Amino acid sequence: MDGLLTLLGDHTVQNVVLGAIFLGVTSGVLGSFAVLRQQSLLGDTLAHAALPGVCLGFLVAGGRELGFILAGALVTAVLAALLMLVLTRRSRLKTDAGLGTALGFSFAVGVVLLTYIQNTGDAAQGGLDSFLFGQAAATLRSDLWIMGGIMVAALALVAAFWKEFKLVTFDPLYAGATGLPVTLLDVVLTTMIALAVVVGLQMVGVVLMASMVIAPAVAARQWVSKLEHMVVAAAGVGVVAGTSGALISALVANLATGPVIVLTASALVLVSILAAPGRGLLWEQLARWRARRTLRGRQVLTTLYELSAEHRDPHYPAERGTLNTFHGLDTRAALARLERRGLVQRVRHMPDEGPHWELTAAGREEARRTLAQLGAAEA
Amino acid sequence: MTAAPLHEPDLALHVEDLTVSYQGKPVLWDVDVDIPPGVMAAVVGPNGAGKSTLVKAVLDLVRPTAGHVRLFGAPYAAMRREVGYVPQRSAVDWDFPTTVLDVVQMGRYGHLGWFRRPGRRERAMALEALDRVGVADLARRQISQLSGGQQQRVFLARALVQDARLYLLDEPMAGVDAPTERAVVELLQELRDAGRTLVVVHHDLQTVRDYFDWLIVLNVRVIDQGPVDRVYTAANLRRAYGGQIALIERAAVDDDARGAS
Repeated sequence: MDGLLTLLGDHTVQNVVLGAIFLGVTSGVLGSFAVLRQQSLLGDTLAHAALPGVCLGFLVAGGRELGFILAGALVTAVLAALLMLVLTRRSRLKTDAGLGTALGFSFAVGVVLLTYIQNTGDAAQGGLDSFLFGQAAATLRSDLWIMGGIMVAALALVAAFWKEFKLVTFDPLYAGATGLPVTLLDVVLTTMIALAVVVGLQMVGVVLMASMVIAPAVAARQWVSKLEHMVVAAAGVGVVAGTSGALISALVANLATGPVIVLTASALVLVSILAAPGRGLLWEQLARWRARRTLRGRQVLTTLYELSAEHRDPHYPAERGTLNTFHGLDTRAALARLERRGLVQRVRHMPDEGPHWELTAAGREEARRTLAQLGAAEA
Repeated sequence: MTAAPLHEPDLALHVEDLTVSYQGKPVLWDVDVDIPPGVMAAVVGPNGAGKSTLVKAVLDLVRPTAGHVRLFGAPYAAMRREVGYVPQRSAVDWDFPTTVLDVVQMGRYGHLGWFRRPGRRERAMALEALDRVGVADLARRQISQLSGGQQQRVFLARALVQDARLYLLDEPMAGVDAPTERAVVELLQELRDAGRTLVVVHHDLQTVRDYFDWLIVLNVRVIDQGPVDRVYTAANLRRAYGGQIALIERAAVDDDARGAS
């Protein structure tokens, strides 16, 4: 505990945590829109396309000036997005092929520029290679102003144009018919997603930044049923993944931050996909299992009913062996559940045989209702 | 604001010399359509006839290569609030995280304008519209839990809250169950009887005569248009549907026989 407090008192660590919070909020909120617009891959292209901009910013500033580097990254990321748009609109290229082409081309340009800078000997001292996989510890106080500024701007835009962004994301055709400038809103949203990518370059790096945009939104989607909740939850997941990942990498020497953050985020995604109530795989499995159990109970109940009808005896006692043979499986659990619900009861039939079962009045009523429903469904 | 002089103000919808093309291929070519107010019109034609494109061109969603569109005499930009739109159900992702009530309220966004949020009034309108389409009990439901028929009713409710004079509907009866189809038709006829104009892209030739009173037969060009009784002929349908003659002729002959008896 003391260790953690000393750690939090440390200036570098404070910067790292604050930066991770800004990053988590920005990428969570904007990533929600990217994922819902089915633009997850766009995020990946934008992130890779930021690399040439990072290098150009470095060259223009003549050193590691975050303002220049992020501005450069934003410019080339948006250029790549536009290139992608032109490719898919003007030619017969499909979106995924367009994204792949733009991603490959711009990342190649970035790597060429990076090697050029490395050959001039500045890169290592400038820490430029940390933009590939991220280095949270390199975050400076002045960097936080830029990251925080972008976060505030993004939140303000989303709040101001909330219903427009929602409509254009859900139903772009209808949005256009009601007079919204759909193309303009598209460009604004894409630019903002590029901004979210740019915010995380320093911490997560260009290679993995896309998953910081996608993962929190995907995880959040599992837990919520309204867009406003999704945006908040995604910001939360982003903050948790960002801070824990950044802290771990700050504690362990020579551990790149990006992979640790993304691993944390991926773990949260996995948990959400499995366990989220309603949508999670485990829940679906549970629901299926429950349905099967209910069905088995009904089958046993109606079998008892039909047996008693056949023997013209409402209190006909049936032995479990008879039921097991009829259903081809063990009915002990199903009978116990029916007994708890007061639908069947044990009776002593013959001293040398085990317990028998008969329907109670409620059980007969329930069986009649079930059979009537089945009849209605068949008709 | 000085409005441009009205052009054909007595028509609910006036489309003149409209040509729309994608990558050099005409989807609609030299199309003229006139629909008087207060009718319920079907737009029929084979796949690729340009039915949806016609609707989108009216709504300014695609840019025409040539021609113009007037609604009650004015261009769409000036008439936006008078026009309700029901896109195809498949146009949206129904797994979007939102509720039925929220989707219906989207029908008021055009009237609200920028920055204003839907409030109590919009909520009341949305609930009333849901009641009219018979799914008032679904207001709080997640849209991902709706059946196809329920999705269609929700889209209709969203158009209803637009309180429009002209409604454009793209295949509202496609892939819905019989009760929903009946409810949709009744609602549309109710709207027509209240003086609204409806233009419906329709795929089922068998029901055209029962549901509609106006018909536009389309296949890139307009084959014929006018009152259903005059336009719904085997000759017109054959010209529109070409190869699928056997199927069409049976439908037309059946209906001709029915019309004669």
